[in-house]
Amino acid sequence: MSNIAIHVDSLGKRYRIGARERYHTLRDRLTGALTAPSRWFSSNSAADSAAGPTHFWALRNASFDMKEGEVLGLIGRNGAGKTTLLKILSRVTQPTEGSAEIRGRVGSLLEVGTGFHPELSGRENTYLNGAILGMGKKEIERKFDDIVAFAEVADFIDTPLKHYSTGMQMRLAFAVAAHLEPQILLVDEVLAVGDLAFQKKCLAKMGEVAHAGRTIVFVTHQMNQIRRLCEKVIWMDAGTIRQAGPTAEVVGAYEASMTSGIAAGNMDRGEKMRFLNWEILEPRSESPHMLTSLGPVTIQFAAQVTRPIRRGHHGIALFNMDRQLIWGWAKDDVDLDPGIHSFTYTFPMLPLRPGAYTWVVSFYEAGEMLDYCDCHPEMNVATQIYQHAKDEWSGILNIPSELTIYRNDVQDAPASSISMGDTGA
Amino acid sequence: MGVTQPQVAVAGELRESPVVRIEARRGWLALDLPELWAFRDLIYFFVWRDIKVRYKQTVIGAAWAVLQPVLTMLVFSLFFGKLAKIPSQGLPYPIFYYSALLPWMYFATAMQGATNIVVDNQRVITKIYFPRVVLPIASVLSGLLDFAISFGVFLIMMAYYGIVPAASVIWLPFFLLLAVLTALGVGLWLSALNALYRDVRYVVPFLVQFWMFASPVVYPSSLVPAKWRWLYGLNPMAGVIEGFRWALTGHGQPPGILLAASSAAVLLLVVSGLVYYHAVEGTMADVV
Repeated sequence: MSNIAIHVDSLGKRYRIGARERYHTLRDRLTGALTAPSRWFSSNSAADSAAGPTHFWALRNASFDMKEGEVLGLIGRNGAGKTTLLKILSRVTQPTEGSAEIRGRVGSLLEVGTGFHPELSGRENTYLNGAILGMGKKEIERKFDDIVAFAEVADFIDTPLKHYSTGMQMRLAFAVAAHLEPQILLVDEVLAVGDLAFQKKCLAKMGEVAHAGRTIVFVTHQMNQIRRLCEKVIWMDAGTIRQAGPTAEVVGAYEASMTSGIAAGNMDRGEKMRFLNWEILEPRSESPHMLTSLGPVTIQFAAQVTRPIRRGHHGIALFNMDRQLIWGWAKDDVDLDPGIHSFTYTFPMLPLRPGAYTWVVSFYEAGEMLDYCDCHPEMNVATQIYQHAKDEWSGILNIPSELTIYRNDVQDAPASSISMGDTGA
Repeated sequence: MGVTQPQVAVAGELRESPVVRIEARRGWLALDLPELWAFRDLIYFFVWRDIKVRYKQTVIGAAWAVLQPVLTMLVFSLFFGKLAKIPSQGLPYPIFYYSALLPWMYFATAMQGATNIVVDNQRVITKIYFPRVVLPIASVLSGLLDFAISFGVFLIMMAYYGIVPAASVIWLPFFLLLAVLTALGVGLWLSALNALYRDVRYVVPFLVQFWMFASPVVYPSSLVPAKWRWLYGLNPMAGVIEGFRWALTGHGQPPGILLAASSAAVLLLVVSGLVYYHAVEGTMADVV
C-alpha cells in the first residue's frame, strides 16, 4: 500500500486578472489585433510568461506526494488556492507550470449534482450525472437501486427533478457521486451544503470510503471534519503551501494564526456604535478565542459608542460552521452613553461539541440597525469529548455525564458506576 | 491538457491503474481517440439528454422535425418554383426542394446547436473533467433524430410522386457522413469561438442565411458556370446537397469535381476545427 497515488511537482496556475471581461467581444479583439497584432497570437499561449500586474498566481510551487489510501485535507482561507489545486488535479483546468502524476481512476466532486437537468426525471438525471462523473451505462444500471435507496427518493424517481425539494436533489446528487467508487477521490467543499442529517450521511459515507483504502483529497473549512477524516493536512496560503504534516500539528498552527488577526473582514460597519473585538476571559487558555474547558465561561465583547443610544436592542447568537443556530438571546431597552463598553456574558458552561463556532452580536435603535457583527476570529471549542465516537450519534452537545446501573429487584446489590470520560466505542 | 496515458480505466471496472500526467499542454495533438472511446457513454447520454429535453420542452415535440422542412418546402416550391421558375432538374418542385432541405436543415440546426454547446454547459465544464470535444460531437449527433423523422416524410413524398429511388441511393450514407462532418467542423470552430467571444452567437443566424444562398438549396448547382464549379464546391454543403439530390432521385449528375472539392474542404474544416478547439480546450474552464 505504499505506492505513490499522487505526485505533484511544483505545480502553478496563473490567471489573467479580469480575463472574463477582457476580449469579451470579437470587436474588442479585432481592434486589439489591429493596434497590437502580436497579441492576437499570444493571448492563450504560455509564451507571454512575463507575469505583469495583469496576472496573478492562484497557485505556485505546490509539491507533495500522496500514498495510496491516504486521506489528505486541504485547508486555508478563501482564495488560498485550494480549489485551484483541486481543479488541476481533477483536470478541469490545466496548470501553467509544473506537473502532476495521478495513478488510479479519479473521481472528482467539485460540486454536487453537476449536470442535473430540472426537466428530466430523477432516474434520467441519475444516468446523466453518473455518466458525467465518469461511470458507464452498465455500471450505473448495476448500481441504480443502491443509489436510489441511499438517496431515499424511490417514490419520486420518475418525477421531474424540478418538483424535488433541494434536500432531495442533494441526496440524489450525493448518492450518485458516492457510488462512483474511484481509487482517488477529490472532494471540494460539497459537504457544506444540505441539512445536518444529510451532512452526517455524507460524512459517514466519506469515512467508509476512506476506510476502504481509497486515496482522498478533501477541501473544507470545517476543522472538525478535517480532524475526523484526515491523517495529513496541507495548509495553503496565498497560493502556496504554507505547512504540511500531521493533522493535529497543521490544524493547530492554522487555528492559532486565524486567531491572531482580530476583527478582520468586518466592513461597512456602524458609525454610531460598533463592536470592536471579543475574547474569552474565563477560562484562560493559550488563545483568547479557544475554549478548552467545560466549566464556567466568561466572554467579553468590546464596543465603541460615539453618540448616546436610548432604548437600544441588543442581540447575540452563536452559530456553528454549518451556520446552524446554536443559541440566541436578546435584550431590549439598553441605554448607552458615548465611550468604550464591555458586554460581558457569563455562562455556567458551554457544552458544545468540539469545532469552530461564530459569535454574532448586533445592536439596534428604534428599529434601525446600528451594528451587526460576525465576530472574527471564530471560537474554537477544543474541550474533552464526551460524545459517541460514531459521528451519526455524537450530536450537537458535548456533556459529561455519569451512568449508574443497579438492580432494583435485589436488596443491597452493589451498583456499578461508569464515568463518561473515556467511553465512546 | 497534456496527457500521456496507456488507457483510461474501462468504465465500471477497476482494471490496472491508469497513470495520468497533468501538465501545461504543448503541441498540436488534436484528438485522443482512445480517450474519446472511453467516454462514448457520455456522448450517448449528452445526445439523449439533448433530444429528451428538446422534446419535453416543446408542445408538439417531434412534430417540429416534420413541420419545419415541410412548410419551408411549400414556401420554396411556391415562390422559387411556381413564381420564379427556377429550374429543378426535371423533378417536381416539392421533391427538388425537400431533398435539399433534408441535409440543409440538419446542418443549419446542428451548426447553431454546436455554437452554443460549450457556453450552455459551462457549469459542467468548470466542475468536472471530460474530453471537451465530446460536447460538439454530441451536439452534432443529436440532430440526426430530427433528420431521420423528416427523412421518413420524404419517403412518403417519394411514394406520392411515384419516384423510385435510383441505385445511386447507396451513396446516401456517405453524403450524410459528409454533412455530419461539415457540421462538426463548423461546430468545433464556432463553439470554441463562442466560448471566448460571446457575440459569435449573434453572427451565426446571418451565417446560416448567407450560407444557404451559397449552397444549391433553392437552385441547382448547374446554374453555376462549370469553370467556377470547383470554387463553388469549396463550400462543403454544395457537395452534400447536390449529392443528396442525386443519390435520392438519380436526377442531375453525380457531383464529381464538386464532391472532390467539398470533401477536401470538409477535411480541412474538421482538422483545423480540432486543432483550434484543442487550443481553446485547455483554458476553456477558465474563460467560459
